[in-house]
Amino acid sequence: MKVLEAYLKGKRVSILAASSGGGHWEELMLLKPAFEGRQVHYVTTDSKIAEYHGVYSASVVIDCNQNQPLKSIVCLIMAIRVILKVRPEVVISTGAAPGFFCIFAGRLLGARTLWIDSFANGEELSMCGRLSKSVAHECWTQWDHLSLGTRPAYRGSIL
Amino acid sequence: MILVTVGTQLGFDRLISAIDALAPNLPAPVVAQVGSGSYVPKYMEARALIAPADFEDLARASQMIVGHAGTGTILMAARFEKPLVMLPRQASLGEHRNDHQIATANAFATRAGVFVAWDVQDLDGAIMKALRYVGMGESQTSARSQLLESIGKFLDRWCE
Repeated sequence: MKVLEAYLKGKRVSILAASSGGGHWEELMLLKPAFEGRQVHYVTTDSKIAEYHGVYSASVVIDCNQNQPLKSIVCLIMAIRVILKVRPEVVISTGAAPGFFCIFAGRLLGARTLWIDSFANGEELSMCGRLSKSVAHECWTQWDHLSLGTRPAYRGSIL
Repeated sequence: MILVTVGTQLGFDRLISAIDALAPNLPAPVVAQVGSGSYVPKYMEARALIAPADFEDLARASQMIVGHAGTGTILMAARFEKPLVMLPRQASLGEHRNDHQIATANAFATRAGVFVAWDVQDLDGAIMKALRYVGMGESQTSARSQLLESIGKFLDRWCE
């Protein structure tokens, strides 16, 4: 354990930003200005999407959802490997399940974690969002009427 | 060029057939991504699926976007700063599991640059409004500024 701790305290990338392809990735790209001036490593489920947005520091994990237990396990293992390699100080995700596994792995390995539930979830928090209330250090919703104090908290929205 | 999209999951024949009927009289050519729909357009270019990179090129080159009331579509229109016309899918017509697209359309109906067609008859008028619309500049809403600032504060606190 001590060896792992020492390893974790070495020099780290600031931010690991994780999100599935599609709408979740669109949202993450709209949040890029907030990462200005810091070292960011991205995680997504499709390498072509990353390249197209001009993101070159990216890892790819398998896509999965709550109905795919085997894929989810593989995804979690891939997420743990990325976090061990990159050693971010912070993990941020806009969803969905692959992003959640990065949050989970980040939490296990000493990163500060922030879940931002997708703007698409305007009626209730997503399932991974609900899990993130316990797993992530901070859990935000983009709809004020869904906020419950600090978990989830409303801190603005992309649109 | 007008870009039409039905999203990545289901076809949307009601929208595609309505736009196809309007297409000959529209002032710009129409390109449609029709998904798994069964209606075959006669007056516009149609493809079932368009690769992400090509789709982005089309969105960038378009004058406006017509689509279902999906958040992915709204986000894309916002990213490329194009006027958007939305026809919400309806559960009663078997177009979606529930009516949350109607809720989404309600939430965005008054937003600048977004034009909701509640029924196919409204599409023509909405498209004309969208084509005439100016002012899709990079106007960041205060809600987005707030979110970006909140993330900034989080990073200031937890990153060296």
